[in-house]
Amino acid sequence: MLTCKDFLNGLNDFLDQTADPETQAHLTKHVNECPNCWVIVDTTKRTLQVYKGVEPQQLPEELQSRLMKALDRKITNCQAKKQV
Amino acid sequence: MATVNEAGLFDEAPLLGRARAGDVRAFSDLVVKYERKIYRLAKHITQNDEDAEDVLQETFLKAYEHLGEFQGNSKFYTWIVRIAVNESLMKLRKRKSDRTVSMDESIDTGEETVVREIAVWEDDPEKQYSRDEIRAILDEAVDSLKPSFRTVFLLRDVEELSTEETAETLGLSIPAVKSRLLRARLQLREKLTRFFKRKGDDVFAYL
Repeated sequence: MLTCKDFLNGLNDFLDQTADPETQAHLTKHVNECPNCWVIVDTTKRTLQVYKGVEPQQLPEELQSRLMKALDRKITNCQAKKQV
Repeated sequence: MATVNEAGLFDEAPLLGRARAGDVRAFSDLVVKYERKIYRLAKHITQNDEDAEDVLQETFLKAYEHLGEFQGNSKFYTWIVRIAVNESLMKLRKRKSDRTVSMDESIDTGEETVVREIAVWEDDPEKQYSRDEIRAILDEAVDSLKPSFRTVFLLRDVEELSTEETAETLGLSIPAVKSRLLRARLQLREKLTRFFKRKGDDVFAYL
């Protein structure tokens, strides 16, 4: 019989489905019978979803332009080296 | 031109092939595709705008310089993430040279796995906030994690590196990555619950 603490220690294996089938079955049984752990699973899953779902912001224009200039310089240097 | 493979996903191989053959335009396309993600990662790790910009530039300059050494065993993005993490950690070491900065901090006591708040979330909590507000909530939560937890979470759950790739990039053991990831996820869940929980559903429980 798993305690909630045991379940929490196996939470990542449960979420990422990396446990062996027997352990996964024990974890599943616990989460189906324990309302608190069910909420933890649900809200942890959603935490990960919300992080994966957010697109990074556009780069500020000046920063982008400095990056492209640095890259141009690098490319010119590399090409000059090759020609020597 | 973008190539879409059978699974309907963007197939990067042709673009990468052209970049490796010296097509500067193809390399620029790769930069534009990933620059925002690399900057976000660098900013979360260094916690500093200036350092993050340096890391962004260094990452793509090094990637360009060493493109011929990229073996193609991992995804191109994973390869540049690893460059960016190394550059970011170097920045941290430089900035805090009087203090030891190591991803391999002392073993934690385990108390941080304690769950304090258990509350059901709203069905669509994101709808209560604008996209910028959500971004601010998520950034603040992740920035409040201990650096060693934060970096593991970013690599595993945001950049989607494997446990093994994360361990190798950070010079950590696989059990260390796993235990940090568990705590990071639980702490973030707890922080986001404060914003996203269903109104009037104030259930507290101590495990």
